[in-house]
Formats: sequence, C-alpha cells, structure tokens
Amino acid sequence: MAAVTPALAQSRLLLSGNEAVARAVWESGVKVAAGYPGTPATEMLEALSTYPVEDIYTEWSVNEKVSLEVAIGASMAGSRAFCAMKHVGLNVAADALMTLTLTGVNGGLVIAVADDVGMSSSQNEQDSRYWGRFAHVPLLEPSDSQEAHDMARHAFELSEKYQTPVILRLTARICHVKGIVTVGARSAHKNLGFTKNAERWVMVPGHAKRRLPLMYQREQELKRLSDSSPLNVLEDGSDKRVGFVASGPAYMHVRETFPDAPVLKLGMSYPWPLEKVRALAKLVDILVVVEETEPLLEVEINAAGIIAHGKDILPRIGELAPEVLRPAVERLLGRESAAPQVPPAPQAPLFPRPPTLCASCPHMGVYYTLSQLRNLIISGDIGCYTLGAGHPWNSLDSTICMGASMGVAHGLDKGRAETDKDKRIVAVIGDSTFMHMGMQGLLDMTYNRGNVTVLLLDNGTVGMTGGQNSPANGRDIHSQPAPRISFPKLIEALGVKPERIHVVDPYQLPTLFKLLRQETKIDDVSVIITNRPCALIKDFKPLEPYFVDAAKCTGCGNCVEIGCPAIHVIRRDKVVKASGQEVGLAFTSIDSAACTGCGLCLQPCAPDAILPLAAQNVVSIQPL
Amino acid sequence: MTKAITNILVCGIGGQGVMTATEILAEAAIAEGHDVKKTEVAGMSQRGGVVTSHLRFGPHVLSPQIAPGTAHILLGFEAAEALRWMGHLRSGGLALVNAVRLVPPIVELGLFSYPDDPIGSMHKSGINTLSFDAASIAGSFGDLRLGNTVMLGVIADQLPFSAEVLLACIVKRFARKGEKLVEMNRKAFAAGRTAAAQAHS
Repeated sequence: MAAVTPALAQSRLLLSGNEAVARAVWESGVKVAAGYPGTPATEMLEALSTYPVEDIYTEWSVNEKVSLEVAIGASMAGSRAFCAMKHVGLNVAADALMTLTLTGVNGGLVIAVADDVGMSSSQNEQDSRYWGRFAHVPLLEPSDSQEAHDMARHAFELSEKYQTPVILRLTARICHVKGIVTVGARSAHKNLGFTKNAERWVMVPGHAKRRLPLMYQREQELKRLSDSSPLNVLEDGSDKRVGFVASGPAYMHVRETFPDAPVLKLGMSYPWPLEKVRALAKLVDILVVVEETEPLLEVEINAAGIIAHGKDILPRIGELAPEVLRPAVERLLGRESAAPQVPPAPQAPLFPRPPTLCASCPHMGVYYTLSQLRNLIISGDIGCYTLGAGHPWNSLDSTICMGASMGVAHGLDKGRAETDKDKRIVAVIGDSTFMHMGMQGLLDMTYNRGNVTVLLLDNGTVGMTGGQNSPANGRDIHSQPAPRISFPKLIEALGVKPERIHVVDPYQLPTLFKLLRQETKIDDVSVIITNRPCALIKDFKPLEPYFVDAAKCTGCGNCVEIGCPAIHVIRRDKVVKASGQEVGLAFTSIDSAACTGCGLCLQPCAPDAILPLAAQNVVSIQPL
Repeated sequence: MTKAITNILVCGIGGQGVMTATEILAEAAIAEGHDVKKTEVAGMSQRGGVVTSHLRFGPHVLSPQIAPGTAHILLGFEAAEALRWMGHLRSGGLALVNAVRLVPPIVELGLFSYPDDPIGSMHKSGINTLSFDAASIAGSFGDLRLGNTVMLGVIADQLPFSAEVLLACIVKRFARKGEKLVEMNRKAFAAGRTAAAQAHS
C-alpha cells in the first residue's frame, strides 16, 4: 500500500478497529511492526505499512512465530515493537511467547491477536484470552475502535512499566467495525539500546529458574493494578436485578440490551479486578458474566466464591449479540421474552451462497482435474484453495491447519490400511502457506522416504486475505521489489529429486491430467508447481472473454463442471438415450463481463461451442 | 441512549461494492454530526459469498449490529439476497432492491434452485419493497459500475438528512479520479433519485 500523510492529532476519523490500532502503534513511536496475514487481523499491518517508513519499519513475516521473534528482537534492541496475528497465529507463535514472558521486554512489546468469533474465515473458534493466563501476561480488550486506539497506546505504557509483553485481544467485531476515532499525536520513543545480560536474555534452565519468580511477582502486581486500572470501570445502574461483567464487543451488546443495568466493564480482563467484581456482586441480585467465547471469567469468579451465571444461560459458541442476550436474561428472570416483530422468513429455504473460486482462478483447473481422477486421498491446506472442498469439485479430504497438508499426507501414506493400498496420496498447498509452515513437512517427507504427490499452487500472493505480498512474488509489504524465492530450487534443496519437480500451466488441463496421473503412479515424493497468478492481483492479465455459440451447444453441461462463476445455465432439458436412460441437459451461456478468458471451460466442451467473443463480434457483422 | 438510531442493512454478494457503498453512507452520517458504527461479515466474502454491511447512526451508537426485526431500511444489491435478509427489517421498514439476479455456481450445478420471483415473495410477505434495474439505469450512462451510485441515489431521499450530503460524499470519493467520473456519478445518483421518486408515486 502506498504511503500517506498521517492525519493530524485530534482528527476525528472513521476507522476500523484494525486501523485504529495501527494509528496508535504509530503514535506510540513503535519502530518495528511485523505480522502474517490472517482474517480478521490482516489490516493492522496493511494500515501500518502506509505510515512513513522513516517512522516505522513494517514487514510481512513468513509466519506468526517469526513475526513475534522479530518483535522480540526489536524490543531487546530497545525499540518499541508490535506484532499482529489472527487467533490461530498465536498457536504458531506460542513457543516464542512462553519464553518471552520470562525474559520480559526492553522496549514496549504489544501482541495484537484477533479472534474470529463466529468463524467467518477460520478453521476453528478459539479464545485467545487463555494466553493471558497461560503466559501470565496482561490482556486488554477494547470494545470499539476508539478503545482499540486508546488501549493500544495504553498497552505500550503498561508493557514498559512492568517489562512485560501485553496482549491486545480483539475479535472480528472489533477489527472490522468502523467507528469514529479521535486520534492523538505521535511521540517518538527513546531507545536506550541493547544491554548485554545473559541472565536476562539467554533462557537456559539456570537463568530461567531465576526469571520464573519474577514473572509470578509481576503477575501479582498486575492483579493489584487491575482493581485500580481506569480500564476496568464499574458503571452503576437503576435496574439492579441483574448486573453484568463484560468485555470486548460483548460489553456494547450488554449496554445496548440492558441500558439501566449495572455493568463492570473489563478493559483489562486479565488479571481481572477481584474487588470490583465483589463490589458489583453486592450491588445486584444476580451476576451474569457475558464473555466471548469460553467461560473463563465465569469459572474464575465462581472459584473466588462469587456466584455468577454465564454459559449456563448463554451460548458458548459465536457472538453474544443483543438478540441472543435478551431472551437468555429474560428467561433467567423468569419471564418469557416478548417475540420481536420480525417479518416472515422466505417460505422456501433459500439456496446457500458459499464463497467460491473466482473466474480464471488458477486453482479451478487443478480441482477440476483432481475431481476427474479416481483413487486419490487429497490432503488440503489453508487458503483460497480450501474452497476445492466445495461444489462441484469436492476434491479435498482433509484440512487441519496451515502447512498441515504435508505432514498429514505423509501420515496418510504411512498409516494406510491394507484396504487402501491402491490409493494415491496427494497434498495441495499454496505458495504462502508452503513458506509459512509447509516446507518443514516436505523435508520430513523426503527425509523419511515418503510417497506423496504435492501440488504447490503458486498464485504469487496471499490470496484469501486479499492479495498480500510474500517471498513468492518478490515484493515487500510496500510492493517494492524484494528477493524472490525460487520454488524449484527450494524444493530440490529440501530433498525432492529434480526429475520429480514439474512446473505447469494450470490452464492446460490435458497437461495437468497427464502429469498428475504420471506422478501419482510413482512411489516417491513429487512436486507439481502451478505458475499462474491469482485472478485478483495486478500480475493477472485478463484475456479476451469467451461466449457459448447457442447453435452448437448440445447441453452436455461439461463446462458447468469446471465450477466457473461466469458460466450460467440458460435452459435445462431432458433426453432419453437409446439405452432408455434419461439424461439431463444444461444449455449454457458465459457472462462476458465476468469472463477473463482463462479458457478452461472450452477444453471439456465436446462440440467446440465455446468461442472467443471477438469471433462472435466479427461474425455478427453481416455483409450488405 | 439508543434512541433515534437509524439502522440500515446493506446486502449483496462479494465483489459488488456493498462495503464501499455502506462506507459512503457512513461518511454522510458523520458529516451530519452523527455517531456511526459500521460492521460487516467479511473475510472469505470476496469470493462471491454473501456480504452484509450494518450501518447504525444517531446520537450515540453502542452495539454495531442490527438485530433481526430492527432495520429501518434494507438496501439490497441483489434480488435473492434482499429476500434472504428481509427478516432484518422492522415492521413498516422499507426494502430498496437492485433486482439483478446473480446466480451462483451451486445453483447452475442443479443442486439448488434460485427463487422465481424474489421481489414478488417480499411483496407477498408484506414487505414494503421497491425494486430497481440499477444495471440498465447505470448502463444508460455507459458504465455498469455506476449501479451502486444509482442505488445510493435510490436511498438518498429516505435518509434523515438531505440527499446533497450523500452526494457530496460520493463526489469527494471520486474527485481524485477526474471530473468526468464525478459527472457520471452525479448523473447516476440523480437517476437513482428520480427512479425512487417514480417508484414511490
């Protein structure tokens, strides 16, 4: 993204939570910020990359663990440092976090972690508040964009005062909500430099043993701080039947739904303020903890001897929006909720509209080909190509986590039953995912004499999160030229035989088909690399669109099986074959405004009815 | 505190510009001095999935989400999506719908069917619905991409502030891209307003 001049202090801006955090990071004088793209966290680093490079260094790291390690190094060096990731990213970075909590920080270090509550774009729904407890570090939870900004600034102060990493826990409903933010001024951070101190920074057992008590002491101090922290506010109310403990977006939902109830708003939700919870409990008849998603506070509050409701009345899954909260609390009060006046739903259930591959997506031909092959077990990964699990391809048999396609495929091979001895194992992974955590799995496979055909779908971008740069396209976070990785060389270095490495054009279906059949028959590790860019990035050059010549279309429907969103069925029919079998026909057309000319659909078209639109235009001019 | 909040739900599919259109509406509300929150279900939505964008504005907005049965206006960018989300309208709410039918591959494969008459179903359900052929209105100015501006013109006279405020936000957004584009957007916006006025009468 291009650099922009930051808005003046005191400006009122419409910012997403992610943009607000980025602004606060810049204002806090942070020198180094790193991250790996992941919904809903991606825009924090994207926004930061637009601030002046003289003020802040930003990078797309190859994975979240590396991004945290970069931040740790920068903090050791005395600078303020920041890293941002989605919830599952902190699983990857956890190894670094769990030792960072022992060393503590030099320059302030804040980790923003974004939970996908409601799972709009993730493989699981997990509660990052656990990390506060697990790593014994303070955890802040904003409930809108202004708070995201203010708490991010506060987090750096807290980090330096207590020499601790601080987790800023966001959820999708913070990251992607835009609200008005009054921004502040930037103040440069004074870097006092790195001080060599092995007992502090070299975490061997002897040193770590001396750091452990300090970590617990810090946690106790933070516990005391929590009760006096201005981030934890006890708001009184006139309706004292129920009082709420809430944090993050759940706080806004509680305030919206129960405007007169007393609420303890937790901005610093770990360590949480025991005395303030006690004070609230005294104030009200019933205490309800409203937290997304796990009953963490509820369990801890009850363990402290304060009786509180929570997941006994509220769902453990998804967002706790007003329409969820109100009936649950009304039931607790022994009242039936008045049914909201909702217009009737559609009489017949509507078709679903799942996300799907784009027109000219280079993954489409790969999945079409995989769907035509039999006897495969296909181990998938995290990215746009996970959509290959959907219709019409149905060509993924597993997806676990980033990079898992490699190890899982290897395990499927080694652990196969006698009944599966004829099955061939295929792994599908994208370029960025391969560099994130797939390379190690491939090395494991070659070292341990595996037998997997790997499809490395190199579309030159981190596609699903909106087209970020990576070593695969040789551009940095600012879209400036950067060293570009050579996949064939890298893969050969990881132990794959040169003759088992192929680079193919994924728009060429016969080549793909032949190569996949050939490589899956060979008992060795093969890697097939595809080389077309994502259809949504600037490297993609649209070609002339195609059209279906209605006079030639026989309704075979083969083109529909490609799965392209630009192909539409205009008429269905049925014919009875000579064998007596009834066959459905689907006569099609191509939306020329959506078609970008990849030419996949014309390859399975039996009557050659799909032609370049330019040809139609020529034909349509009739001689006088 | 939550009095006098206006709820507008904008729905459509990924790539249609739902989020941008909602952002322009949000900017107009801010220009009028309102507190604003705007939220959407995004993520994988760029790949042709369902997109909804919630816009709430008023003196002070708390929850960013529009609960079912509480939207004042449903701005639909696609016919079946408007039908899908009509339950978010409050009693007496207004649906303004671009009647375009965008049929996904899952329907083309014959696995599901697209409703014959989504707008008719909305009428039958008692929803006050006005539908527009935004593409052909936009097409008359030479660019189908102006369809969203047409729809902003359609909603412009239903807002608790003047249409000029909204137009100013559209103009501001396109100002950098040259006077020609600004002029085309002005025309599309005006055409949307005219179409809405005719539909009402």
